[in-house]
Amino acid sequence: MIGTLDSRVPAGPLPEKWRRHQNNSKLVAPNNRRRFEIIIVGTGLAGGSAAATLAEQGYNIKSFCYQDSPRRAHSIAAQGGINAAKNYQNDGDSVYRLFYDTIKGGDFRSREANVYRLAEVSNSIIDQCVEQGVPFAREYGGLLANRSFGGAQVSRTFYARGQTGQQLLLGAYQALCRQIAAGTVTMFPQTEMLDLVLVDGHAKGIITRDLITGEIVRHAADAVVLATGGYGNVFYLSTNARGCNVTATYRAYKKGALFANPCYTQIHPTCIPVSGDYQSKLTLMSESLRNDGRVWVPKRKEDCGKPPNDIPEADRDYYLERKYPSYGNLAPRDISSRSAKEVCDEGRGVGPGGRGVYLDFKDAIARLGEATIRERYGNLFDIYEKITGDNAYKAPMRIYPAVHYTMGGLWVDYNLMSNVPGLHVIGEANFSDHGANRLGASALMQGLADGYFVLPYTLPNYLAGQIGKRPSTDHPEFVKAESEVRERTKRMLDVDGKRSVDSFHRELGLLLWDKCGMARNAPGLQEAIARIPQLREEFWNNVTVPGYGENFNQSLERAGRVADFLEFGELMCRDALARDESCGGHFRQEHQTPDGEAVRDDENFADVFAWEYQGDGAEPKLHPEPLVFESVHLATRSYK
Amino acid sequence: MIVAVTGIILILFVIGHLLGNLQIFLGPEWINGYAQHLRDLGPLLWIIRGALLVVVILHIYFTIQLVIENRRARPDHYKRKDFVKATLASRSMAISGLIVLAFIIFHLLHFSFRTTDPRFAQLAHDPLGHDDVYSMMVLGFSNPLVSGFYILALFLLALHLSHGASSFFQSLGLNDQKLAPRLASAGRIFAWLLFFGYSSIPAAVLIGWVKLRTHS
Amino acid sequence: MNFKLKIWRQLGRDSKGKLKPYEISGISPATSFLEMLDILNEQLTAHGTEPVAFDSDCREGICGTCSLTINGEAHGPSHPAAACQLYMREFKDGATITIEPFRARSFPIVKDLVINRSALDRIVQAGGFVSARTGSAPEANSTPVPKHKADLAMEAAACIGCGACAAACPNASAMLFTSAKISHLALLPQGQPERRRRVLRMVRQMDAEGFGNCTNTYECEAVCPAEISVSFIAKMNREYAIASLGERLGE
Ligand SMILES: Cc1cc2nc3c(=O)[nH]c(=O)nc-3n(C[C@H](O)[C@H](O)[C@H](O)COP(=O)(O)OP(=O)(O)OC[C@H]3O[C@@H](n4cnc5c(N)ncnc54)[C@H](O)[C@@H]3O)c2cc1C
Ligand code: HEM
Ligand code: HEM
Ligand code: SF4
Ligand code: F3S
Ligand code: FES
Repeated sequence: MIGTLDSRVPAGPLPEKWRRHQNNSKLVAPNNRRRFEIIIVGTGLAGGSAAATLAEQGYNIKSFCYQDSPRRAHSIAAQGGINAAKNYQNDGDSVYRLFYDTIKGGDFRSREANVYRLAEVSNSIIDQCVEQGVPFAREYGGLLANRSFGGAQVSRTFYARGQTGQQLLLGAYQALCRQIAAGTVTMFPQTEMLDLVLVDGHAKGIITRDLITGEIVRHAADAVVLATGGYGNVFYLSTNARGCNVTATYRAYKKGALFANPCYTQIHPTCIPVSGDYQSKLTLMSESLRNDGRVWVPKRKEDCGKPPNDIPEADRDYYLERKYPSYGNLAPRDISSRSAKEVCDEGRGVGPGGRGVYLDFKDAIARLGEATIRERYGNLFDIYEKITGDNAYKAPMRIYPAVHYTMGGLWVDYNLMSNVPGLHVIGEANFSDHGANRLGASALMQGLADGYFVLPYTLPNYLAGQIGKRPSTDHPEFVKAESEVRERTKRMLDVDGKRSVDSFHRELGLLLWDKCGMARNAPGLQEAIARIPQLREEFWNNVTVPGYGENFNQSLERAGRVADFLEFGELMCRDALARDESCGGHFRQEHQTPDGEAVRDDENFADVFAWEYQGDGAEPKLHPEPLVFESVHLATRSYK
Repeated sequence: MIVAVTGIILILFVIGHLLGNLQIFLGPEWINGYAQHLRDLGPLLWIIRGALLVVVILHIYFTIQLVIENRRARPDHYKRKDFVKATLASRSMAISGLIVLAFIIFHLLHFSFRTTDPRFAQLAHDPLGHDDVYSMMVLGFSNPLVSGFYILALFLLALHLSHGASSFFQSLGLNDQKLAPRLASAGRIFAWLLFFGYSSIPAAVLIGWVKLRTHS
Repeated sequence: MNFKLKIWRQLGRDSKGKLKPYEISGISPATSFLEMLDILNEQLTAHGTEPVAFDSDCREGICGTCSLTINGEAHGPSHPAAACQLYMREFKDGATITIEPFRARSFPIVKDLVINRSALDRIVQAGGFVSARTGSAPEANSTPVPKHKADLAMEAAACIGCGACAAACPNASAMLFTSAKISHLALLPQGQPERRRRVLRMVRQMDAEGFGNCTNTYECEAVCPAEISVSFIAKMNREYAIASLGERLGE
């Protein structure tokens, strides 16, 4: 039923596209805006900023999040910063350079026009946030300060201490609060979207569950926007918040929206490693640590149990310095993550379970003195000590890579609308701008670009033709969707088996981490594709979900999310299997140079892989969207 | 706000009152003279007394209201509650304040209306016709029970002020990060100075430093 | 390690709750406090008992979701830290640990240890923002902000909205939370036009929500995971005094 995918990228030279598109876009007159209702699921940077802006324009917004306050969306956790092409440092930055760095960082697997637009609006984001009172770091002269971040040769990252995401989100949240007070946004916190409702093929509503009362409710609207964040939690352990999920986007997928590039996940090299079976979460440590720390493991397996300081220099393997002499410990995220996995797979990992490598500051302390190191990284050392109980000034830190960001998401066109008319997807939930790998400090930029400056201009393109077409919630499609949700909830509660929800989640996560994590290969992926349906089967026969559906029930919430992960994990593996090349965060062991570098196949795989649901158990259908590069030349990344 | 402002006025009063009372150590002439001075103020004294009364009533009225609201803000109590930084003084403002109130009432009956001790009425006026406040104080404090109660009340007053004397800066917004710890210790020192100043009087009487003198 | 736990169980907002005893053993010192509760819940689930409801999301001290009073201290014995940043090695083996929700009239209990903190959202809705229409902002560097002011604003803005301040305050007062937002915006040039209106409205909303009054006990500051200073309360008092004076004078 879906023909060739139309990305709706406007014609014209790259720098002209967005302006032209804006000029040609349809508008909705102010007095008509009041007549529209828009559902926005998610209150992170993307959803919060979109809701505030659209409400300000005069639309009626219904905003949803699963947390008890919109301010707690997971964007709050971002630390590093946000990029913009302001060129305040006078180091030659420009919109084009930010565009190019982003597209190259994504290993040439994203759409030129989208990325260019992202770079273009980046500057307005900073203006907007400053006006909202975001307390960005400043220089003594009172002007904004910048720092540099991986993958770029200019200093273009704006930051607010180590809490950039928090401050940006609070800016959007406050703008949202203003609209809530004005009555233009109705806020539904602690409300989870459990299904999308299509009427005549258009997205016209959602079914939600009130997490406090358990009430299942139908909401109708003229358009639906999903801003539900990333699905990194499919791996169970990740740097994401506990509640991050794929439910909203996966349900939309089951209703016909295409899921693009689900296998693209970013794995961050410097996290605090797992220390026990019941660990629930991985904590990110800033990558800046690699500026002064040296990464190593013992040369011999037998030494892994020894206290690190007892292992003499001669018996240490500084593997990054050995393999990548020019970049050394500063090799990019994907490369250093993968190398850590390799040495651990060889049995030379350290710490509990052998899943860790040392990050050693001994030389740096000897060279610069403890005081300097404390000044540079004191707060990180403190966090490390708080979590592990170890003092990293005395013995090396242990670090390990962890799942951090998901580049894949629902497929959207240049208007950020999915293939389902009326369904728009923004922020980490869509696939759009980062290709196969995201650069640091660009997810915040994308979320806010989508919400403040793109969707508010493109949504009217859809709405203009939709006046008076909002269905009533009594429409049979709503009734049907609601009863499906109820039925599913009931089924979950009725299994009454023996295994806890978390145990399934952990097992799925481990499987995906092994087979569809930092390095993937065909047999492994096939194994996972065979194993996941069994696990799913067992889930529906043997899970235990205590309590009832009609009240606050966290086990039930989690069960619903894990059930979706159990289906989605398979889709991920299928995507990873179909993408028979290595690119960005997707490393297929079959495709590497003799010394372990990723090998892209631009001939056959310069496409977006968008998957269409074909029914439970059936193989999804692949719709490739060819990527057209008019302005950039496809180059090989090299960090030797 | 009102609590803070009335608090300041009360603090000023206790400072002044202390200075007045310490004159007992200089001998009957001083203190009796001081008392007479006060009386000589005539109507002004009554105005001051009236104002003071209003201040006390306002202070009490608003603090009680505050306390009631605050109690209502947490209807379900913790089964276990530990404090990290809140001092005993700061948490017992209402109790210390109320006991101070009881004290003030007793104190007024004792020294101002002189209804508690029949001997006061018999005290002669001094040769100049002044009230013999000096003898009254000595007589009053010779009773260990009376002195004990005074010292206890003064202790609670000091407790009240050890928090209150710095707290009002914060309430009026006259505080900042640098000032706060200094104000806190200054407030505490002030309160305990006050305590020692005041208690020195009953203590001195009890141990016999200050004795009844007969007029010649 | 082994622990005796006393956990507040309460079915719903209007039901009566009580502390129930539990025992848990074999916990490694590297387990986080919330993971310890996860383990307990796995065990309860295996026994067919309803697990203990408690809130958390980021589990790294930034989202402000977790809200436990542990042994009588909001967020537990280690300060400054949110409950999710607490590890079992902080406790003695065999210790008895009492776990209660954050308690305040304005934080009604949803279930067990989960509370409703929407009162804090409503305080922000009353005025905790700068009215800046999207797209209308001037160039960011056109208004310099002295570094020390920007830094101080950041200190205030760091509040994670957890509500521990109100939970720990003997008077269940939300002054620290409210003052942090008011100070953050009052310190920046962008916050000036709405400065007076903001403080008046936010303080009044705070009172209307039924929080208690500040009597300067400073317990809030001691438990605040974001180390918000009570000097912001002084600042708010000052802002409020000036604004209400202005209001009386008919400005
Ligand atoms: C630890 C960490 C550090 C990071 N650091 C950086 C950085 O320095 N720079 C950078 O650019 N990026 C960083 N990122 C990435 C960046 O933070 C995220 O990609 C971005 O914030 C995502 O924003 P969002 O609005 O798309 O989604 P989120 O902020 O995740 O919001 C999702 C929203 O959807 C709601 N939701 C989800 N599912 C449902 C459902 N089923 N029903 C109802 N509501 C639902 C949630 O309640 C929430 O409101 C970091 C990420 C992590 C995890
Ligand atoms: C008579 C009974 C009294 C009661 C019931 C009482 C009660 C209280 C209470 C509950 C407070 C705390 C309010 C707050 O800190 O904002 C308070 C504060 C204070 N009280 Fe009293 N008090 C009494 C008498 C006194 C007296 C006699 C003095 C002075 C000599 C005094 C001086 C203060 C001061 C300075 C404060 C601090 C004000 C502030 O921080 O804003 N009080 N009182
Ligand atoms: C050792 C301590 C004290 C002594 C010896 C003392 C002594 C006296 C005396 C002798 C009088 C009567 C004066 C007169 O009638 O001429 C008096 C009045 C009074 N005292 Fe005290 N006092 C003491 C402490 C306090 C304290 C701590 C307070 C308040 C907190 C207080 C409040 C008052 C008041 C309100 C009056 C009435 C004032 C008046 O009549 O104008 N006194 N005191
Ligand atoms: S001020 Fe501190 S304790 Fe209060 S809500 Fe903010 S972060 Fe939590
Ligand atoms: S603990 Fe409470 S009394 Fe004031 S200083 Fe903090 S709000
Ligand atoms: S769970 Fe986010 S702060 Fe504790």
